Amino acid sequence: MALSRSGSNLLKPISPFFSCAPSILSRSISSSNDSITVETSIPFTAHNCEPPSRSVTTSAAELRSFFRDMALMRRMEIAADSLYKAKLIRGFCHLYDGQEAVAVGMEAAITRKDCIITAYRDHCTFLSRGGNLVEVFAELMGRRAGMSNGKGGSMHFYRKEGGFYGGHGIVGAQVPLGCGLAFAQKYSKDENVTFAMYGDGAANQGQLFEALNIAALWDLPAILVCENNHYGMGTAEWRAAKSPAYYKRGDYVPGLKVDGMDAFAVKQACKFAKEHALKNGPIILEMDTYRYHGHSMSDPGSTYRTRDEISGVRQERDPIERIRKLLLSHEISTETELKDIEKEVRKEVDNAISKAKESDMPDPSELFTNVYVKGFGVEAYGADRKELRATLP
Amino acid sequence: MATLFQGLPSSTAFSSSNKFNHAPAPTSFSGTWNNERKSSIVTVRSDARWSPVLNSATHKPQRLITNAVATKADSSLASTSSKPGHELLLFEALREGLEEEMERDPCVCVMGEDVGHYGGSYKVTKGLATKFGDLRVLDTPIAENSFTGMGIGAAMTGLRPIIEGMNMGFLLLAFNQISNNCGMLHYTSGGQFKIPVVIRGPGGVGRQLGAEHSQRLESYFQSIPGIQMVACSTPYNAKGLMKAAIRSENPVILFEHVLLYNLKDRIPDEEYVLSLEEAEMVRPGEHVTILTYSRMRYHVMQAAKTLVNKGYDPEVIDIRSLKPFDLHTIGKSVKKTHRVLIVEECMRTGGIGASLTAAITENFNDDLDAPIVCLSSQDVPTPYAGTLEEWTVVQPAQIVTAVEQLCQ
Repeated sequence: MALSRSGSNLLKPISPFFSCAPSILSRSISSSNDSITVETSIPFTAHNCEPPSRSVTTSAAELRSFFRDMALMRRMEIAADSLYKAKLIRGFCHLYDGQEAVAVGMEAAITRKDCIITAYRDHCTFLSRGGNLVEVFAELMGRRAGMSNGKGGSMHFYRKEGGFYGGHGIVGAQVPLGCGLAFAQKYSKDENVTFAMYGDGAANQGQLFEALNIAALWDLPAILVCENNHYGMGTAEWRAAKSPAYYKRGDYVPGLKVDGMDAFAVKQACKFAKEHALKNGPIILEMDTYRYHGHSMSDPGSTYRTRDEISGVRQERDPIERIRKLLLSHEISTETELKDIEKEVRKEVDNAISKAKESDMPDPSELFTNVYVKGFGVEAYGADRKELRATLP
Repeated sequence: MATLFQGLPSSTAFSSSNKFNHAPAPTSFSGTWNNERKSSIVTVRSDARWSPVLNSATHKPQRLITNAVATKADSSLASTSSKPGHELLLFEALREGLEEEMERDPCVCVMGEDVGHYGGSYKVTKGLATKFGDLRVLDTPIAENSFTGMGIGAAMTGLRPIIEGMNMGFLLLAFNQISNNCGMLHYTSGGQFKIPVVIRGPGGVGRQLGAEHSQRLESYFQSIPGIQMVACSTPYNAKGLMKAAIRSENPVILFEHVLLYNLKDRIPDEEYVLSLEEAEMVRPGEHVTILTYSRMRYHVMQAAKTLVNKGYDPEVIDIRSLKPFDLHTIGKSVKKTHRVLIVEECMRTGGIGASLTAAITENFNDDLDAPIVCLSSQDVPTPYAGTLEEWTVVQPAQIVTAVEQLCQ
């Protein structure tokens, strides 16, 4: 009853894709710079705005890069799963596999000067913003080579040069931060936008509406992206939200519902949103996506949904499979080439893990670094605070 | 931590305006001068070392003092300036500090409820919106959680927002943002992001404002790692601390007090910035060290008058820096007097006084002749009735009794 209701909705977007498939075979590709036109799986559903077109221009190079990036992300998350089970990663580990299209599609539509801020399911978004695998695994294992020096962990990935502002553990708290980033962009008049991402669980947080109100009032270039994977930890969206049309929740703020398993739909929507936000202020994007793993590594993910549902989505809507089919149908790559890419990616991930394992744990003195930007000269250490250490100028 | 002091070229002795005048009511203090009037720019470090930045040939070394404190008129210290400065009220001093910093740095902006067109509920930001525009002085809706979060997010990119809580108590709604994001982002990002925000607002027990509008949040925020807390008490230190807080790279919470906004005093015309981590010596003495901050400073000074008449010589220190404590100044004083009385406005349970008692006992136990006495407000919601409200906070008579008992 409950599970089957959601199951049927999740599989729906696929059928239109197959009906459109014959029209995509425009020509066989030789040059990687020729543009290809791809249709998104389903049309966009819009609220208070005109939806963008379903036709997305791409190229062979972009298709290949989408495939490789998503395969890398998928491999990284699976490897993190094994590392967690081997007790090398502790605490909370929230995996993104299944949702890769959102990270990859968004990155294709924007620049590094645009800001992205998200919640704790941040490994792949960090990667798409220019992070490298060694930093990821080192941080997950609490080593010094991690991007937060091992002091943040899975939920606190940040990359300032890449415009990636984290990485936040408290549900919903990143959305006001994201509107603050958008405010700073408006303040400095630099024509960039901020994507503040959150989940369907966080969509019920009050601070979201507060921040949206302010963003709309002050005309901020903020794009609120709801990654709707239909489950807020163990609670299905229909049990948590009276109205699960998250893209409509902005009321006066326009919204767009996007198939989040289709990287091109995501790319088109983000491009559209960026143009909109720079002219008209905030917009909400709802990415209809799915996570194969449970909420985190401590959640098997099968107590509130059936394995059939998970495997069904994996068969019908998997984002990497979609790109693979496009690559094959446009004859950009062969099966073997794609398998080679996957093998290469696997090796890359394994190498990164071994390199990360070589990194040390942080030194005990690191406990006290970066608490303040500028410290106070004399600090009292030790559990009894009797150990005094003074930094002489 | 370096602090810059700039004085006028004058090395004459004190003029009478520097003498410490008491007035019966707390609202009419005059002459709470600080005496760092030097003839050159000196860098003063919080570890009490100083080094001249320019050649200060006109000054004798013993006239230079090593911390931002006011001392008695008869000690040989640097003189007053020939220009007497200008008089203003504490909220105007805050506004001056704010305005100067906004002029100096275009990244400084203010956000809060009614700070813009209305001019601020306590007039701290009056006139700033017309001067700097709506993008730098921002009226927010009543949404503390989100606008505090927005200020912190803006700070991550390099802006320097000043977030005003109309009453400190309202910032409880933003506790998650202040604790998790403001305090911790510098650490969890491995130093990538700085959060140079100033969170300020009036708190403390007012005149029958009721329980929810008389909260003292310094006790709730004090454990948050990564933030600094300061409390201002005079127009002089209000302006100096405001400027220091804005210039600081750390997130700073500046606690003002509702009843102190209309304090009138004279402050220097020249630009000055105080150190965020230093305590202020209000009245040097020999018999007992009284540590206090914010409004209780005035209750203490009133009690000090009575105590002096009774023959006691209390040393009064306004700790100003609530996190971290200026244990250097406090320690020096404890080593001199061997008796400590803490007078605070927050409640005893988990309050600033409790932490201070622990800190002093741990560090200076051998110098104490008697156990530390801590006078705090009662652990009750502040009642509306005037008499009850008076009994909630520490009154000067109670301070006098405590000192008498302590000095037996």
